[in-house]
Amino acid sequence: MSDPGRGVSLEEQIDQWRSYLRRRQAIHSVDVAELEDHLREQVAVLVDAGLATDEAFLVAVKRMGDLDALSREFAREHSDRLWKQLVVVPSDSGDPRARARTDAIVAFCLAVAAAVVIKVPALFGIQLDQDAGFYARNLSLFVLPLLTGYFVWKRRLDTSTLRWLAVAFVAAAVFANVYPFAPGGYTEALTALHLPIALWLVVGIAYAGGRWSQVGGRMDFIRFSGELFIYYVLIALGGGVLTAFMAMTFQSIGIDVEPFFESWLLPCGAVGAVVVASWLVEAKQSVIENMAPVLTRLFTPLFAALLVTFLLTLVFTGRGVDIERDMLIVFDLLLVLVLGLLLYSVSARDPGAPPGAFDVMQVVLVVSALLADAVALWAISARISELGFTPNRVAALGMNVILLVNLAWSAVLYVRFLRGGGPFTRLERWQTDYLPVYAVWAAIVVLVFPPVFGFV
Amino acid sequence: MEINKDLVAASSTPIVLAILAEEDSYGYAILQRVRELSGGRMEWTDGMLYPVLHRLERLGHVEARWVVAESGRRRKYYRITSRGRAQLAEERRQWQAVDATLRGIWQALSPYVPAIHPASAAPLPQGA
Repeated sequence: MSDPGRGVSLEEQIDQWRSYLRRRQAIHSVDVAELEDHLREQVAVLVDAGLATDEAFLVAVKRMGDLDALSREFAREHSDRLWKQLVVVPSDSGDPRARARTDAIVAFCLAVAAAVVIKVPALFGIQLDQDAGFYARNLSLFVLPLLTGYFVWKRRLDTSTLRWLAVAFVAAAVFANVYPFAPGGYTEALTALHLPIALWLVVGIAYAGGRWSQVGGRMDFIRFSGELFIYYVLIALGGGVLTAFMAMTFQSIGIDVEPFFESWLLPCGAVGAVVVASWLVEAKQSVIENMAPVLTRLFTPLFAALLVTFLLTLVFTGRGVDIERDMLIVFDLLLVLVLGLLLYSVSARDPGAPPGAFDVMQVVLVVSALLADAVALWAISARISELGFTPNRVAALGMNVILLVNLAWSAVLYVRFLRGGGPFTRLERWQTDYLPVYAVWAAIVVLVFPPVFGFV
Repeated sequence: MEINKDLVAASSTPIVLAILAEEDSYGYAILQRVRELSGGRMEWTDGMLYPVLHRLERLGHVEARWVVAESGRRRKYYRITSRGRAQLAEERRQWQAVDATLRGIWQALSPYVPAIHPASAAPLPQGA
């Protein structure tokens, strides 16, 4: 290869140095290119000063500094890149493989515990098919405390935080069960829907493990939530295929597995999968980095096109928005979806990158969603007194306002960023600061709505 | 003379912003300018400049662009923004206050400590 008399050529040495640098997760290839340019210039200057090439290379590398210290500095600055190696817990406890195994065992035990816990009420005669209301209200309480426990263990949270988390769960359990809900009523359904949202914040505080007050910590929780969702959907699909084959094979020998599926496999699998999916996210933090940008890039233009077409059709045909019972919920879901697209493109975006065409597309999406929602709100506000304030309508309206405020201010921040009036990090900060608002609103729906509306 | 790490970290923002306020520049040239200005007294570890530049970029104090240099290599140039200039003015005010305070105390000390050897005076700001 190289002439042994002259040693390794400069290019080879730089190649080696570059590949060594690339192994650091905190240092991306653009940074390597920047550092390499620096190294080459330093070498050239030293060679001009009379040093031999290999001496010059050694001096230049030495001046660049210790690579461990350098990658730590890069990691501190680009904490989003650390999502993959997560430095929340210092890696002090010995062998990483032994730690991974302990982690897997704890997660598996907690998943089994969740599966057992959901069957415990059955011992006291509360059956899934007869007391659906009880299970709907308490569903999040069967699994989220165990998930929180997992993060408490993993992040080694201190006891004072732990106490607050426990208080939150106990309070949730009390309010979900002491209110005299009318069976199958609106407020019971609202509690079942909103309690998980409120408690998800509790999980987030445990997940962030002391970093909740930092934008980076909350952003990691957003990434975690998205990734968990993707994993959960994948597990659910796999479970569906498994169940289908189980049903078919047993049917061939004349055994009906449906009762087993309904009362055991589905509930136990559904709650256990939450813990397993969380563990998978922790163990392999790399899906969202690939999935979220792809999904948002794919669907942002499509949804933007849909909304713009909808608005144009509305304007040119002059049709009014039909006030159906579920119309507000449809628009709520639309805003949630747009927010999700925004949130996951924000979380995956390099905050340092300059504005691009995709950012313009994102603004078009958000603004058209705001306009569509404004049309719907205007239509319903004209008839709200005539339709009456049912709990569902008030909850949907409240959610709508919360999402509208978030998206409107996001649009303002995004437009400012596009016009060069502020860094992208403002938008990140706004999104992460807004997280508690959803939880507080959900808590209000759970705590205040049932008594106000008479538990109907 | 070895300058304390905290002091280097604290002064890096105003120094880098001030150098970029002179003209647009890139990493290697910024370090050269630091050496020149400090007469070789401030030795930064070369690599450590880049996280500082990236932080300033994230905060919107500087903007970066890639330029193909005459050598054919791609080079990342940094330019100070109006926010960066405002930050520089603010840093300048703060450092002037620190400087004035230290000057005052050095002057007050000098009659009582007649022969300050430069080497023995150097650790003082570090201890502060």
